[in-house]
Amino acid sequence: MLEVRNLTKRFGGLLALSDASLDVPEGAIVGLLGPNGAGKTTCFTIIAGFTRADSGSVRLDGQDITGLPPHRICGLGMVRTFQIVQPFAGLTVQENIAVGAYLRHESRREALAEARRIGQRLGMGALLDRPAASLTIAGRKRLEIARALATGARLLLLDEVMAGLIPTEVTEIVGIIRQIRDEGHTFLMIEHVMQAVMSLAETAYVLNYGKMIAQGTPQQLVRDPAVVEAYLGHGAAARLQEAAHA
Amino acid sequence: MMRFASLGQAALVALVVVYLLAVYLLPSQVWMGFTINALAMSIVALSWNITGGFGGMASFGHAAMYGTGAYASAVLQVQFGVNAWVAFAAGIAAGALMGAFIGALAFRYGVKGSYFALVTLAFAEVLRICASAFEITGAGRGLQLTLQPGVATLQFNNDRVLTYTLLLGIVALVMALTAWLKYSRFGAYLVAVRENEDAARALGIDTYRVKVTAMAISGAFGGLAGAVYLQLWLFIDSSVVYGVSISVTALIGPIIGGAGTVWGPLVGTLGLHLLGEGAKTALHGAPGLNFVLYALVLIAALRFLPQGLMGLAARIGVLGRKGGDDA
Amino acid sequence: MSSLILPAVLNGLTMGAVYALIALGLTLIYGVLHIINFAHGSLLMLGLYAAYFLFHFWGIDPYLAIVIVVPAFFALGYVLQRGIIAPMSAGSEQNVLLVTLALSLVIDNLALYFWTSNTRTADIAYAYDTVEVLGAYLTLGRVIAFFAALLVAGLMWLFMTRTRTGAAIRAVAIEKRGAEIVGIDVGHTYALCFGIGTACVALAACLLLPTFYVTPQVGYTFVLVAFTTVVMGGMGSLPGALVAGLLLGVIEALGGLFLGESLGQLGIFVAFILTLLFRPAGLLGRRPT
Ligand SMILES: Nc1ncnc2c1ncn2[C@@H]1O[C@H](COP(=O)(O)OP(=O)(O)O)[C@@H](O)[C@H]1O
Ligand SMILES: [Mg+2]
Repeated sequence: MLEVRNLTKRFGGLLALSDASLDVPEGAIVGLLGPNGAGKTTCFTIIAGFTRADSGSVRLDGQDITGLPPHRICGLGMVRTFQIVQPFAGLTVQENIAVGAYLRHESRREALAEARRIGQRLGMGALLDRPAASLTIAGRKRLEIARALATGARLLLLDEVMAGLIPTEVTEIVGIIRQIRDEGHTFLMIEHVMQAVMSLAETAYVLNYGKMIAQGTPQQLVRDPAVVEAYLGHGAAARLQEAAHA
Repeated sequence: MMRFASLGQAALVALVVVYLLAVYLLPSQVWMGFTINALAMSIVALSWNITGGFGGMASFGHAAMYGTGAYASAVLQVQFGVNAWVAFAAGIAAGALMGAFIGALAFRYGVKGSYFALVTLAFAEVLRICASAFEITGAGRGLQLTLQPGVATLQFNNDRVLTYTLLLGIVALVMALTAWLKYSRFGAYLVAVRENEDAARALGIDTYRVKVTAMAISGAFGGLAGAVYLQLWLFIDSSVVYGVSISVTALIGPIIGGAGTVWGPLVGTLGLHLLGEGAKTALHGAPGLNFVLYALVLIAALRFLPQGLMGLAARIGVLGRKGGDDA
Repeated sequence: MSSLILPAVLNGLTMGAVYALIALGLTLIYGVLHIINFAHGSLLMLGLYAAYFLFHFWGIDPYLAIVIVVPAFFALGYVLQRGIIAPMSAGSEQNVLLVTLALSLVIDNLALYFWTSNTRTADIAYAYDTVEVLGAYLTLGRVIAFFAALLVAGLMWLFMTRTRTGAAIRAVAIEKRGAEIVGIDVGHTYALCFGIGTACVALAACLLLPTFYVTPQVGYTFVLVAFTTVVMGGMGSLPGALVAGLLLGVIEALGGLFLGESLGQLGIFVAFILTLLFRPAGLLGRRPT
């Protein structure tokens, strides 16, 4: 469904992405892992059209979408969320979700109805009339997903929706994402925390210093020395091996 | 369409409506004349409110659209003998075009915040200088319509009550359009752009188009305000219709009344004019002092009334669970 | 025609130096506080009146008045920032612009009320003496203003780069939080900058008065020129403001020469719009991505 090929992006002297490629098949939940500053968010901003890559291409459903503006890409069925949640503070939760729903529903009544439906589906039924600014972090993360879903997108790019949540909240979101996937949506999700992805993703990619250093099932990845090094620092894999043998 | 968040808001709006109707009954013509001025200014305040209130793009140069509406209408009537109705419509269109033009340029290059305020101001200034330099716009002398009261010439200066009624109708129409916009998809998109442009783009909103459209709509209202001014006074000159005091009045009313609400611009503009008039009477007509007063009220409002009078009223006697800035 | 160009350019440079001096204050305030001070022109107008009244009532020469007006305006700027602008704008960028706009309305209209719209001049005969430069005749007052502005720009640069206070100001400008942590009083530094910026504009007023006039509206004419200068120079850049001010003086003079007096200033505003649209980081700066 999504094919990302050889993305490279420089910020001044910093090589934020270097020749990164990935694939997201229809109906899958794919993880994008990596330590802080690895270039994951940058990868999303390029895929979703917020920034132009220096080189490389992005295809959605076989169509080249490289360099299209974000609203066009959203119209084609792919939507991103933000790591730093960005609710429309002056609006209620329902109105927030409706902003997404307006993409496919011109009338206010329909958009609000769709927003209500999606809000309830994400367990936010009781919060619909609250100002979005009053939500907790967990509520905002959900709102972020709800708004994205309301656009009618089939592919959702989630940027660290689990970060900052307590374990019970993580479990709830995991359940919600799985349920939405079962209804026919596809996910590419960035997670900084490995455990969160382990239970959801079938495949995951690992970025480090802008390079894709590994790909596989989460179970394979945690045993991959390159991945362990990326997370724990140089020599960590060797030390772990020693510890295991000792 | 009309819903109020609280009893306080309903009461504030009722107060305004009662005042506007009471003007018909007040024996002194002075009240009506004064309220006509306030209503005429509230049109440009409503114009500012579209971009500055709903869209969060505060302009310091709404005179650019106001003056363009006035000049387009005046040039057509005076220099080309065009019918007043046609010229009036052309004034609205010219305001819309000017708004769209400034918006298209500014937003194309990502100008926002204080920079946007300054760009609009500079545009108003360029237009003022041009209008005062070229013959077709009457150069330094300005343009004067021939006095010819009648329906065909859109001149009702001899009938104050009719003028007042027409202005009430125009303001009501602009407010109805504002309410309609607010509760449409476009209104939701505009607020989304104000609150968070990146999030709006991610959700499929063509933010550039939304902003330019908002400038065009705001420009149409601004052009309308200018064209109304021309028909009221039959005379314009560049330092008035392209002047800073238009731009300033356009923004103070909505901020004090409540930016991004349907009633705020009218409430604020009317309140300010009443205050200014009261001060003028108390201080025996000192020129410019009403602006000192407006400015002080503006500073106080920025500090103590972040949502203006409508926001303050919204907190009095809240109805139901729904918080927010309705009406 | 060509014989008129050199004098126009030189005249433009002398006026441009004054623009630069006014803009130095504005750009310093922007560079450190990251706010646009809309009342800057009104403060210039106040400075012109201060110098005018000192001359009118006590016969104090405007150049001598510098020693009174400049410190007084430094204090005025300090108090304005600490007492009104900072507390009233509640930390929002747009509110700062609106608060300073409101301040300018208050100052301008009070001036109009108390001093009427009459145009006033301080007639100091020697200011209009002419000096021959490269075959062009320039008024002495303008030439003095030119060199004084350059001198002050140089002094300011030394102050910012060579003194402890200057270093503290630069620290606050770059990294407010960090400066706070190492014990710099940010509120004081902000007010200090505002004071220095206001002192610059007062100095410009004293240099301007002998060859100019004062009315309550005069500030508005200058504030847009000052914004243009600051934007063209790259917001917050002192050398940029100097270069842009001189350039704008020349643009205006040449605009007046070729388009006539009434359209002369048009060149400045067109330059302003073009800069904001195409080079928001200033003529010398790089466009942010
Ligand atoms: N707009 C930008 N300008 C300059 N550097 C940037 C920009 N955006 C990201 N970076 C840098 O690129 C690197 C990757 O950032 P990011 O993609 O946010 O990482 P991640 O999401 O994996 O934590 C970081 O070093 C970051 O500082
Ligand atoms: Mg990130």
